Amino acid sequence: MIFFDRLEDFASAPAITDDSGIRMSYYELVQKSDFISSQIKKRTLVFCLADNSWESVAGYLGFIRKRIVPLLLSNTLNLESLNGLVDVYRPEYIWLPLNKVEGLGIGSEISRLGTYALIKTNYQQDYSLHRDLALLLTTSGSTGSPMLVRQSYQNISSNADSICAYLGITGQDRPITTLPMNYTYGLSIINSHLCAGAEIILTNRSLMDKGFWELLRKHRVTTFGGVPYTYEILKRLRFAKMELPDLRVITQAGGRLNPTLAEEFAGLCHQKEIRFFIMYGQTEATARMSYLPSHLALSRFSSIGIAIPGGEFWLENETGDRILESESPGELIYRGENVSMGYARHRFDLERPDENHGVLRTGDIAKRDGDGLYYIVGRKKRFLKLFGNRINLDEIEQKLNELGMDCACTGKDDLMKIYVTTLTEASLVKRTVAEFTKIHHSAFEVVPIDEIPRNEFGKIQYTHPSIL
Amino acid sequence: MTNEEKYINAFTECFGVDSSTLNADFVYQCVPSWDSVGHMSLIATLEDVFEITMETDDIIDFGSFTTGKETLGKYGITF
Repeated sequence: MIFFDRLEDFASAPAITDDSGIRMSYYELVQKSDFISSQIKKRTLVFCLADNSWESVAGYLGFIRKRIVPLLLSNTLNLESLNGLVDVYRPEYIWLPLNKVEGLGIGSEISRLGTYALIKTNYQQDYSLHRDLALLLTTSGSTGSPMLVRQSYQNISSNADSICAYLGITGQDRPITTLPMNYTYGLSIINSHLCAGAEIILTNRSLMDKGFWELLRKHRVTTFGGVPYTYEILKRLRFAKMELPDLRVITQAGGRLNPTLAEEFAGLCHQKEIRFFIMYGQTEATARMSYLPSHLALSRFSSIGIAIPGGEFWLENETGDRILESESPGELIYRGENVSMGYARHRFDLERPDENHGVLRTGDIAKRDGDGLYYIVGRKKRFLKLFGNRINLDEIEQKLNELGMDCACTGKDDLMKIYVTTLTEASLVKRTVAEFTKIHHSAFEVVPIDEIPRNEFGKIQYTHPSIL
Repeated sequence: MTNEEKYINAFTECFGVDSSTLNADFVYQCVPSWDSVGHMSLIATLEDVFEITMETDDIIDFGSFTTGKETLGKYGITF
């Protein structure tokens, strides 16, 4: 049985506590969740503007329990992007915060609960949803791209079970949210703790907010997760000097943690008797694919570890053969029940069956050491992680090209380099990209050059010295 | 450069705003660029230019252009 169908078994155990002090047992959470979905037929598509509030969690659970398919979107998504997605996918309903309803300008409100409202749009579904399809997530955070990942009930269930097993999550854990709920890593923390009957502390506050730390102490939080940028903040906030007696486990995913920082945190956590897990995953694999067992954190801090329980890794060379020897780089391939059904780019893709058959080509280049631990050494696909958000470099180039700016995007995690011809104004490029991606402008460096290097077919030469 | 000038420069550079907007109403999250990432970059800049290391509580309390000056006062920075 899938965990979200048996939440009532946890009965009076506390399920969630939010920022405003609202606390709910599993029984109450289920009541609220099922109320939200009561007016909607199963196999209907619903857009959810998610945040870390009880209303957002209850909406998600209510829909998924009734086999209604939610698309989780960031509630910071601008109206233009939201309307673009509504046009492409034609959802019959939208579950969103009350303060967003007015700007939406489509459909009519049919019910509300807490600070959220359910809107019926004017669309009638002219497509069907595949019977296995449970949930849709975006691939690129808040850019409004229509490319979605299709996850099945089996995907969500098996990944939550596996995460519970390797992290040893129990009903005694009390996680606090540090990541958006619509982000696969944030959602996996919520799912895996609901699966174990734990109490989740929900907040939209950032680690830079005093209120976050007050909540953490007040509710004696035992665990949280962070992307590499979270760890930069923790270092800046002198994590080393903090007294956090209840904290037992911290996890890291969402991009490669720089090895200096990884080593520092492995050491600090060892001293503080906190188990520190470096992990690896992708939305295409529901969330998690690997973890580094915490007792290896100190000695192997640059590794992504081993495949999660029930999963399997191997490496392939350029001709598609398995690499058997250690220390030899190749594309990292994963097999497991959490590999998603595939992508959707249009509402008619929602009827498609599983196209991955449990195997995911990650697009990352990795090697394996003699002990069977994996290390990411590069990337095949043109993606960067900026403060935990996956950004497709080709998509940024396209966007700037549409605005008449010639450019080439390269760089490394947390610093994208945008090469532009001298005709383009640097500050405008930076502002445009920051607005488009919703990422702080310090993540972008604009470099003017005379000409974008291209080959005879007009393809940008990313290995050309002028843009290396 | 005076401390006042250094302080103003840190804000204009980190948040991409004009110095004329900096007053008591310039507080955390009042502009999109003063988010948690912008906050980190402001603290890093201030620690660099004034050669100080701030305590956790002072970093998370650093909520406005005006009160920030008092916080820096604790580290011997006067305006």
